Amino acid sequence: MNKSLIVKNTRIIDPASSKDMLGNVLIEDGLFVDMAEGQLPGSPEHADIIDAEGLVMAPGLIDLRVFSGEPGHEYRETLASASDAAGAGGVTSFVRMPDTLPVTDDGALVDYILRRAEITSKVRVLPAAAMTKGLEGMDITEYGLLGEAGAVCLTDGRKSVQSAALLRTAFTYAANFSLPIVHHVQDYALTGKGVMNAGLYATALGLAGIPTEAETIPLERDLQLARLTDTRYHAAQISCGRSVNIMARHRHENDLVSCGASINHLTLNENDIGSYRTFFKLSPPLRAEEDRQAMIDGLKSGAIDVIHSDHDPQDAEVKRHPFAEAADGAVGLETMLAAALRLYHSSQVDLITLLRAMTQRPAEILGLETGRIARGRAADFILIDLDYPWVVEEQGLRSRSGNTPFENAKFSGKVMRTFVDGREIFRHCEA
Amino acid sequence: MATPMQEAKVHSQPKKASSSTAESVSVDPPFPHRHLLGISQLSQSDILNLLARAEKMIPISRRPRKTLSTLAGRTQINLFFEPSTRTQASFEIAGRRLGAQITNMSMKTSSMSKGETLIDTAATLNAMQPDVIVVRHAAAGAVELLAQKVGCAVINAGDGAHEHPTQALLDALTIQQHKGRLNGLTISICGDIARSRVARSNLLLLGAMNVRTRVVAPRTLLPRGIEHMCTEVHTDMRQGLKDADVVMMLRLQHERAAGNLVPSVREYYHFFGLDHEKLAFAKPDALVMHPGPMNRGVEIDPSVADGPQSVINDQVEMGVAVRMAVLDAVLGNRQDI
Repeated sequence: MNKSLIVKNTRIIDPASSKDMLGNVLIEDGLFVDMAEGQLPGSPEHADIIDAEGLVMAPGLIDLRVFSGEPGHEYRETLASASDAAGAGGVTSFVRMPDTLPVTDDGALVDYILRRAEITSKVRVLPAAAMTKGLEGMDITEYGLLGEAGAVCLTDGRKSVQSAALLRTAFTYAANFSLPIVHHVQDYALTGKGVMNAGLYATALGLAGIPTEAETIPLERDLQLARLTDTRYHAAQISCGRSVNIMARHRHENDLVSCGASINHLTLNENDIGSYRTFFKLSPPLRAEEDRQAMIDGLKSGAIDVIHSDHDPQDAEVKRHPFAEAADGAVGLETMLAAALRLYHSSQVDLITLLRAMTQRPAEILGLETGRIARGRAADFILIDLDYPWVVEEQGLRSRSGNTPFENAKFSGKVMRTFVDGREIFRHCEA
Repeated sequence: MATPMQEAKVHSQPKKASSSTAESVSVDPPFPHRHLLGISQLSQSDILNLLARAEKMIPISRRPRKTLSTLAGRTQINLFFEPSTRTQASFEIAGRRLGAQITNMSMKTSSMSKGETLIDTAATLNAMQPDVIVVRHAAAGAVELLAQKVGCAVINAGDGAHEHPTQALLDALTIQQHKGRLNGLTISICGDIARSRVARSNLLLLGAMNVRTRVVAPRTLLPRGIEHMCTEVHTDMRQGLKDADVVMMLRLQHERAAGNLVPSVREYYHFFGLDHEKLAFAKPDALVMHPGPMNRGVEIDPSVADGPQSVINDQVEMGVAVRMAVLDAVLGNRQDI
């Protein structure tokens, strides 16, 4: 049975076509069918109608970096609870990192995740597979079989492979099966026992620092290897201005490489740690304000392709420790868009640029059909009230873990409704 | 499921050589090289010369009395620094059938372990006045180095990942016996190209004979610059085998030895193992070849290895003929010395 839906009087923003217009959109059978500035020609009379006046209609967000506790750590997060948080945050697809128990390094586990998501998740779950067996950085996994099972990319998640020789093999082999590599760049020797950005602030707190070189040196290595091997390479997350410069230089000569930044590194800095607040303990660490500003410039220039949430649920037990002993990571699926809108409200970044980094670019990097509002594509979209005021309360978050760095943050802007395949999966209670 | 061996044997009997008997080898044009170090030193006419000589050797091994006196009184040393069963046996049988006296030296268990260098070994053996030394060594270029230090002929029986000229010649002879020609064929070489001397020698030989060559392997097993040594490079086996006349499989060194260049045997077999489904992309009468020893279920389905298209056992037979021809060629030059 044909099910038709018309979203009318909305401000349509589609970064992929650089469209920003007022108009109406027709959706049938879960696909975008037509859009027009005025009346839609031939719109069916029996269609459901959503009057979205005052709201922005954007493609559903695609989050390239989400950790879930399932399988293995369901107390932190399940695919179901992550999908609830995603829907509330306007995320209609997320890449689920392979740091699970057991590690997702086998086609059978990728298949399991997809089947499990089919049953329990409202949004699209895109499984990433481990780049090395057991995330141990020693042996490559079965990229061909993992790809056939449905893995969208290869990554060691939070872990960083230290051996340049192994990376060369991994990149070369990944290119064979056209799977992108997504790599967290971190030199463990330079990180040492560091727990926050190296600098005056770390010194004042008496904490061991992590220099930006722990990121820039492996980033440069990876980008050179990516060029050597002609592989699709995405630096999972960069955190400092010098990394932005390195990316910009390599992007100039190699369009197969890209990078991401977490919303945390674009909106917070090391000073937010205050007096040892462990919810701000992240990997890579929050950097200096100059770095954050350089990252924003990188986002505007295109040197940074993707904004992701780096959603990493950790229970209170592993966060309620002295700073140096606490776990890294913060949840973010539900707050990513709202936090990103801070950059829009402060007039630092255009709305379309922000949305592009959460829709078009991640889709392009993974080779997905979604991430745009275009005829014939799956109707994954969100309706945003750009000015809706709200305050983040840990209790109100849908994630099973409450480790948000935005506790009590005052945001302007919120996702009002979220649709996957033209079907509503989230509606804000006041909408 | 393995096809019975005897059935495979029936199918794989090469066409009988049409030309005359081995006794006429003396009328062959002289071989213009002192050694056989690699295919790269050979011209197209050198290759044709050796293949013609080898073809005449085939019937000798098939008759009840197999020994000639061509090399009577000559001394052949098989000097193997790397363990080998079939190549060493093949060279030994080839030499004996021509009447040579043979000493086998397996250097793994010999003076190398007592600290003697390659040059020392060469000088020592040279002093024993051999006529030909057949050498296999794990290091590329080692055979050539040894050849510079001895007064006799040297035949390369495989040096590292560099060359294995008699293998390429026996492969060419096998193809010629079955297809009647080399010219105009499309030949796909599949597997561990990066570390294969067999692949290099075959690409050189087939290139010299203007055969259309393809290499097929995962990118991790493709050496840099290989595209300049063959006609086409493929990383997808189905495309790589499409309409091929000959499929040459290479042995995969087991994962560990492979330096982790492939993640597992099951993945390798799934994407690059020669099974019936992939073989169906080649021509219906395509030959299946393998230099041995095979890893059944790793690079080749056992039933393909033993199937009607397989000429793997013929390769072994042609190996003896080719090595007889090569020994005869390099020693034939020295009769007047």
